[in-house]
Amino acid sequence: MTLDVMIVDDSAAIRKILQRVLRQAEVPIGEVFEAGDGREALGMLETRSVGLILSDINMPNMDGLEFLGQLKASNHLKNVPVVMVTTEGSQMKVMEAVELGAAGYVRKPFTAEQIKEKLTGII
Amino acid sequence: MRELDHGKVVQAICNSTREVFSTMLGMEVEAGESYRQQSVPGANAGVVSLIGLAGDWAGSGGISCSPEFARHISSALLMTEFSSVDEEVLDAVAEVTNMIIGNVKNSLEEDLGPMGLSIPTVIFGRNFTTRSVGNSDWIVVPFQSASEQMKVQICIAPNKTKHSPRPGFANGLALA
Repeated sequence: MTLDVMIVDDSAAIRKILQRVLRQAEVPIGEVFEAGDGREALGMLETRSVGLILSDINMPNMDGLEFLGQLKASNHLKNVPVVMVTTEGSQMKVMEAVELGAAGYVRKPFTAEQIKEKLTGII
Repeated sequence: MRELDHGKVVQAICNSTREVFSTMLGMEVEAGESYRQQSVPGANAGVVSLIGLAGDWAGSGGISCSPEFARHISSALLMTEFSSVDEEVLDAVAEVTNMIIGNVKNSLEEDLGPMGLSIPTVIFGRNFTTRSVGNSDWIVVPFQSASEQMKVQICIAPNKTKHSPRPGFANGLALA
């Protein structure tokens, strides 16, 4: 059983690293979709379904918190677990993400172990 | 108004840079002596990456390094060899800057209050000059890794405008 994943980050480098880390962490991932910001991600989710989303917060056009809010307001997307993977570590932002319904929060820089640990229990 | 503690800023830069390099790049860096400078350090050739900070305190932070070092850290981050400074290298440098300055910001927020972080801007070229319109000094920490050097710098001051919904180059950094 594999899981299709969406990675939302404006950095192509981080999208590539997260894909590598997911495979290193032996997460049974299927197809991986990439989006550069929240707006692009929402557009892609109109035609694709995924079982897990990893999202940055600081992004152009639509940031990760607004993306998370819109996702949780959508009937067909609200149950998809979203893990925030971000440099933003202020207590205020973490609380905001949790209140909006984030399933987890990983601060950059991260190790493969930290990602694996966070995903255990979510997927 | 709260005071900016030079020692705390330097410590935050050192901790953040070491953590990003060891965790994400598998590289060790050694910090040199910190100093203050009026212009953006090392900003006349090579790669300069900058991020704006905004809140009750505002400014910019960033890194500067040679094209060779930019390729080196990008190779370490992405596990791919780069023969030139291309889009991927600039993106990787931007992300390293985002992580270093983002974590410095997280540390400084304990004393200076919440701050927003802008999207990084990376400049690569030769014979360019940069200047800060504001009159605050840059706090610069040089780092050495093997035979190469890079600098991490931050320039931050109390924000007199108060309204900075989207952080940019809040201290008025300009390319000349």
